[in-house]
Amino acid sequence: MSEPAVLAGPERARPDAPAPPGRPPRRRPSRRRVPLRTRLRRDWQLLAMVAPGFGILLVFSYLPIAGNIIAFQDYNPYLGDNPWQAFAHSDWIGFGQFQLLFDDPAFWDAFRNTLAITAFQLVFFFPLPILLAIGLHNLLSSRLRGLIQTVVYLPHFFSWVLVVTFFVAMLGGAGLLAQTMREAGMQPWNVMTNPDTFIVLVTVEAVWKDVGWGTIVFLAALSTIDQNLYEAAAADGAGRWRRLWHITLPGLRPVIVLLLILRLGDALSVGFEQFLLQRDAVGRQAAEVLDTFVYHFSIATGNYGYGAAAGLFKAVIGLVLILAANRVAHMLGERGIYSKS
Amino acid sequence: MTTLIRRTSGNRSRRPVWQEPPTPLGQGLKAVAFTVLVAGVLFPLWVILVTSLSSRETIARAGGMVVVPRGVDTSAYETIFAGGAVTRALWISTLVTVIGTAIALTVTVLAAYGLSRPGSLGHRWLLAYFLIPFLVYPPLVPRYLVVTGLGLKDTIWALVLPPAISVFNLVVVRGFFQGIPSELLDSARIDGASDFRTLARIVLPLSRAVIAVVGLFYAVSYWNVWFDALLFIDRNDMYPIQRVLQSYLLAGQAPHTSGSSSGVTMPPTEAVKMAVVVLTVAPIVAVYPFIQRHFVKGVLIGAVKG
Repeated sequence: MSEPAVLAGPERARPDAPAPPGRPPRRRPSRRRVPLRTRLRRDWQLLAMVAPGFGILLVFSYLPIAGNIIAFQDYNPYLGDNPWQAFAHSDWIGFGQFQLLFDDPAFWDAFRNTLAITAFQLVFFFPLPILLAIGLHNLLSSRLRGLIQTVVYLPHFFSWVLVVTFFVAMLGGAGLLAQTMREAGMQPWNVMTNPDTFIVLVTVEAVWKDVGWGTIVFLAALSTIDQNLYEAAAADGAGRWRRLWHITLPGLRPVIVLLLILRLGDALSVGFEQFLLQRDAVGRQAAEVLDTFVYHFSIATGNYGYGAAAGLFKAVIGLVLILAANRVAHMLGERGIYSKS
Repeated sequence: MTTLIRRTSGNRSRRPVWQEPPTPLGQGLKAVAFTVLVAGVLFPLWVILVTSLSSRETIARAGGMVVVPRGVDTSAYETIFAGGAVTRALWISTLVTVIGTAIALTVTVLAAYGLSRPGSLGHRWLLAYFLIPFLVYPPLVPRYLVVTGLGLKDTIWALVLPPAISVFNLVVVRGFFQGIPSELLDSARIDGASDFRTLARIVLPLSRAVIAVVGLFYAVSYWNVWFDALLFIDRNDMYPIQRVLQSYLLAGQAPHTSGSSSGVTMPPTEAVKMAVVVLTVAPIVAVYPFIQRHFVKGVLIGAVKG
């Protein structure tokens, strides 16, 4: 299945075709006019290596992306024996699903929740890995630093099920905190099921899971800053805070901008599993985000076309956001995720 | 000479001469902050481990979670390994992780090498093809329909195949391969080695660090698979461990909370629950420290180059 697909690819790829958008111009191959047949004989092994990955992406990424088209259908899963037949027999209804979607208050609730959580995390989560990385970088003992890094990276590798379980065990109704408070004769807080503080809870969970992991890229950027700059600044009489402000932070700027762009591109996806896992405990009002909305109003209920419309809406907005953010980054003179070719 | 310098100079003298010595206040704040940080990660793990290893009486006396251990009681683990849902789920998850990681690593390494030689046929087009899914996620509903349409539902292939190539990992491995001096690869080619042979004999032995790290990434993601199991696995006896953990601990959350207030004896199940958590965490904690030291070497070099 994947083999003919990849062999069809190179035939479309003319050697002198313009570079696809999204890549900086690479070193131009010196032998421009080698006949296709010769290049095929030379490179067939490389193409064969690419084939399995090509096939998997074709089936599990490109086919679903093309499958967004059911957003314009009144997709009925019961037509035919399998999804392909159901797709072939379903009626086309144009933008009907989108009309329903935009009239659905539950959708706008989920939209608002998503944006609120993104904004909250941008303010209260995003700066933390930067601060932590600077703190770690300034630790003199490399053994101590390595030890701390080992520990703080670890939660990144736990699943959301585990993370939520940890929080339930620590802060839940039968958890350690409630238990301690009860012993002290206090009324225990109900942290895990309180819709009003849910936004704080999910942010704290996200921080616990990923703040350490987030430092990696900043630590890498910090290690590339020229030490002579610090020395020169110190010789000119800049104290530690001035050096932080005038050397460290500007040194981190490209990475910060890059991660901000990526975060903005993901503004409508706040982390799916975390919310699905806690939605029942907290209630739909606070915990429904766009991703869980798609899940609950399509796969859980069988209304596939509706869910696909919501998913497509989210994907399009996400793509527009990331392209816009990247454009802004270019205007500010940063590299962004890709540079213009 | 170097050893002599290293011995006489401790950690302190790594500070450049121009840098001010730290203030006691700053040092103290830093120590507090990092202690809190490390404790914040390790304390929950500790409590859960201790509770899972506590006897029914200890848990009852502590009122739920145990912080200070009083003797070791492995009955929770004996209950679990006597057979049942958790044992079966651990087996399924192990299977998914081993098969998935093997397939994903193979696919990723091959594709990364195939894309790492600039100027090869269709190189740019293929690269764009592989990078686009990084920006455009496969949407949930069509993805569900494709996987079920292929008849993968209720098989481990529904969990193994769709994530078998991650574009991020591909970029990391490719970047690492491109860091290998091209003279080395060219000389292999002049000596008549095919691309497959070059990959197996020259590139892979030089890439152990990045293979280990990316392998860890894949293994962890397969071990952690939960949502795909929610989507694609309906049969209880096919549940991976995360799905069982969720139904044991989170779906059972509401009745459990109301039960504890009415004084129902929960302690034995509490230990079993925590033992399930420990068993879910254990493989990650066991493998992670050995690979963590490669993070910087493997990933950053790869990612920066990519």
